[in-house]
Amino acid sequence: MSRKLVGVIILLIAVACVLPFIVGNYRTFQFTLVMVYAIALLGLNILTGYNGQISLGHGAFYALGAYCAAILMDRFGVPYWATIPVAGAVCLVAGFLFGLPALRLEGLYLALATFALGVAMPQLLKYHLLEKWTGGVQGIVIMKPAPPFGLPLNPDQWLYFFTLAITLVMFILGWNLLRGRVGRALVAIRDQHIAAQAMGIHSALYKSLAFGVSAMYTGIAGALGAVAVQFVAPDSFNIFLSIVFLVGIVVGGLASISGALYGALFIQFVPNIADEISKAAPWAIFGVFMIGFVYLMPTGVAGAVRLLTARRKAP
Amino acid sequence: MDALLHQVLAGLATGGIYASLALALVMIYQATHLVNFAQGELAMFTTYIAWSLINAGMPYWPAFFLTVAFAFVLGVIIERVIIRPVEQAPVLAVVVVFIALLLILNSVTGWIYTYTIKTFPSPFPAQPVFGKYLSSHEFGAIAVTLVVLALLYAFFRFTPLGLAMRAAAQNPESSRLVGIRVGWMLALGWGLAAAVGAVAGMMVAPIVYLDPNMMGGVLLYAFAAALVGGIDNPGGAVIGGFLVGVLENVLGAFVIGNELKLSVALVIIIGVLLVKPSGFFGRVQVTRV
Repeated sequence: MSRKLVGVIILLIAVACVLPFIVGNYRTFQFTLVMVYAIALLGLNILTGYNGQISLGHGAFYALGAYCAAILMDRFGVPYWATIPVAGAVCLVAGFLFGLPALRLEGLYLALATFALGVAMPQLLKYHLLEKWTGGVQGIVIMKPAPPFGLPLNPDQWLYFFTLAITLVMFILGWNLLRGRVGRALVAIRDQHIAAQAMGIHSALYKSLAFGVSAMYTGIAGALGAVAVQFVAPDSFNIFLSIVFLVGIVVGGLASISGALYGALFIQFVPNIADEISKAAPWAIFGVFMIGFVYLMPTGVAGAVRLLTARRKAP
Repeated sequence: MDALLHQVLAGLATGGIYASLALALVMIYQATHLVNFAQGELAMFTTYIAWSLINAGMPYWPAFFLTVAFAFVLGVIIERVIIRPVEQAPVLAVVVVFIALLLILNSVTGWIYTYTIKTFPSPFPAQPVFGKYLSSHEFGAIAVTLVVLALLYAFFRFTPLGLAMRAAAQNPESSRLVGIRVGWMLALGWGLAAAVGAVAGMMVAPIVYLDPNMMGGVLLYAFAAALVGGIDNPGGAVIGGFLVGVLENVLGAFVIGNELKLSVALVIIIGVLLVKPSGFFGRVQVTRV
């Protein structure tokens, strides 16, 4: 990492630490969600950006993580911080298992299969035999955690810092995973899987692991999101959530860690902007933004930033 | 036994609708090797057009044909304006554009027509004419599907334009060399697919009622149908459509209950992709390394 990049990251973290003391509670909550989405998008980017497996159903893993956290807190009295590793582990296993059949699918077919998963998820959550735990259509309401150790923070600010800490850990883990042997193997499989196998990369293992790790990230994000929103219900995890995640990584920039952050800002704030442009059809504006990005900025915001800095370096 | 027969026949009726939409998907897949995620919303939007026409006092059948024509033009325009620039782009970009199209159509429809559920008239008489098992709308839907299928078959098999379209889909380079305008053939394919989708929409609307989200489930079953039949085989897609319709109805009624019907589609899609990715009637794809 260049010294400049380290500087930028430290500055970013400093700004993130000061932010909740400057803006109001609602904005703090919004930025908490931005970090939650950033984790989810990093997870999807590991799968789709780095490994080239398209998923249109990551909302299902987000839902799984969210429900894990909510059920553990609501039915078993587990503290909120302890639910997050559990949600991550459950989603890791679920993602790995879904990744096994997905091995045989490529490109559009995988998009189709995961699309079906995303569409079917709300129905599965409403299933009456699971109602004992999931609360059926009503969902589950959970309590907002209070700041521990008598810290002079309000609950929103505490949750923000809690999420910030986990986001940092997840990004450092992701960066370490992707810059080394594993990351290069994933990219090699994406670009030329036969050549990758010839070089001794266990393609099937890496692909299903990528699915598992990706689902784990998204599940952790889901658990954090559930704690932040204090509510889970089947219909908040419909196919649009999965679509929004995909939009996030395409807009932010595929196969880029910083792209997850840009994408998260986009999916948190652009619907609001779209809502202001047209109260009646915010999703239409959102759709127009999506098409615009694909046409004008195919490498996403991260790609555009890279291009700009490269231009400045080479006068 | 009676109940089973009833469910099977009702399944055939909805299956006919899935078959139409699956047919539309297969047509676009054959021409461009893309799966159109916006196909369902396109059908939904055009069904609303038909609703407007009928509400303005137009009799059913003129409104029906006018809507089909409108859908055809809309399909051609979408291909020329929105899909053309990303034709050579990576799969992911294309998927994003399709999804964007889905969102735009859904949202614009909700904006124009509101999200309240509307009833849509059926052109067929209300009382069952063909025995007690099948309402006449269900029977009519099956008949319309078969007519559409026959027309498409005749078009592709016996007309020079149909031949040109098949050539453009199979081998664009050579077709261009013999003077076929490949770009326009693709646009025509989109138009035809949109028209077939419009028929499916108008047939399904009296059953599921008209609302901007009515096609979500139908699209999923159509995907399943297209995959069962083999995504490159139009005849297979139709058989797949009927098969999926019957399976959905019978399983929903007797085995798993109505709550999990959509999961049937999920299981069918993943099952087919795992066991026989080329579908039951499709060609096995062989690629050179």
